[in-house]
Amino acid sequence: MSNTIHDMGGMHGFGPVEAEPNEPVFHEPWESRVMAMQRAMGYTKLWTIDGGRASLETLPPLTYLAASYYQRWFLGLERRVVTHGLVGADELAAGHSLRPGRQLNRKLMPSDVPATMVRGNYERPAATPARFKTGDPVRARNISPTTHTRLPRYARGKLGTVEAIRGCHVYPDTAAIGAGDDPQWLYTVVFAARELWGDAADPSVKVSIEAFEPYLDPA
Amino acid sequence: MAADHTHSSGDHAHDHGSELSDLQLRVRALETILTEKGYVDPAALDQIIEASETRIGPHNGARIVARAWVDPDFKQRLLADATEAANSLGFVSPVGSHLIAVENTPQTHHMVVCTLCSCYPWEVLGLPPVWYKSAPYRSRAVIDPKGVLADFGVALPPDSEIRIWDSTAETRFMVLPMRPPGTDGMSEDDLAKLVTRDSMVGTGLAKTPDAAT
Repeated sequence: MSNTIHDMGGMHGFGPVEAEPNEPVFHEPWESRVMAMQRAMGYTKLWTIDGGRASLETLPPLTYLAASYYQRWFLGLERRVVTHGLVGADELAAGHSLRPGRQLNRKLMPSDVPATMVRGNYERPAATPARFKTGDPVRARNISPTTHTRLPRYARGKLGTVEAIRGCHVYPDTAAIGAGDDPQWLYTVVFAARELWGDAADPSVKVSIEAFEPYLDPA
Repeated sequence: MAADHTHSSGDHAHDHGSELSDLQLRVRALETILTEKGYVDPAALDQIIEASETRIGPHNGARIVARAWVDPDFKQRLLADATEAANSLGFVSPVGSHLIAVENTPQTHHMVVCTLCSCYPWEVLGLPPVWYKSAPYRSRAVIDPKGVLADFGVALPPDSEIRIWDSTAETRFMVLPMRPPGTDGMSEDDLAKLVTRDSMVGTGLAKTPDAAT
């Protein structure tokens, strides 16, 4: 589902941004365990980074809003290990393992940790030349897929300009649903705030998104 | 799950003595199961946490910014390919693909958000703060950036433009803040102390030497 509560850009009513002075990296030890489990299980490559995001985005909206960030991560991870057949719901209820684990291709060992503290590379060889060039006017497509996408609602149907070509990258819309990398050209597309929010918007504001080629039409 | 606790699962801030919240118990249970089934090594989890609390963090970004302030050639490299430039320093935690640095000027102020989740250049800034991942920031940064900046106590000159970068792909953005006035002749190490996390997200400005002491 793409038109879900996670797509927050432009919504009203959430109140002011409240920064915490001298905020610790983690507020509770359990948050750090969730973060680390998420990374360690991501290392197994049983799902993609986009599949992980999709599992959070499909949490019920009220659950999503009521949960803290790491609560959401936990709920998503708990759901993912069950749907991938790694853990049984009976085991979660029991609080311990009831049967041997599946054989995994990769397991994160302590010696692997330094390498995982560097972001992976999502660039892939391009099968075709880029369709757009810097300076091209483009219109973001008006789409509402029932599966994961990274085209935010506020940009759909809006007229923008290609500002940069960022290479050819794994396409989240397919990677999230197990349909492969399907690499696509990625562009920085910039929009005037007035195009996004109407004539009353601040004329001195511009907003850019990182848009995959299938999100764009020539304009 | 414990049968004797009375807290709701959302009540994670409570921890009365030895009583653990439902959520804490569920997190502990999941780690136990994943460990028993051979999927995770708790020692690896410990190392991830340790690295997240120490190795990555805004001290890396601050060193990069300070170098860019004193070395015009490095600044050009940073703006051309921030991953390559950051890794060329050799003294910051390694940076992966695909870091992009954007330069604040008197004319244009840049601010970074992820409206869809929490994408953030964590190698150079550390794990994102709660506010960056919160609904107020994610919703308002793209429609009311001046209001967000006001929440942070930042007022820009009236004629400056604002550019918001929504991190909707695997590219990551860091802001190269403007070098504050009154810093001529300062060492790179002292300059790095003026570079705040927020100044590299675009919700703040670098500190002046007066404010830093």
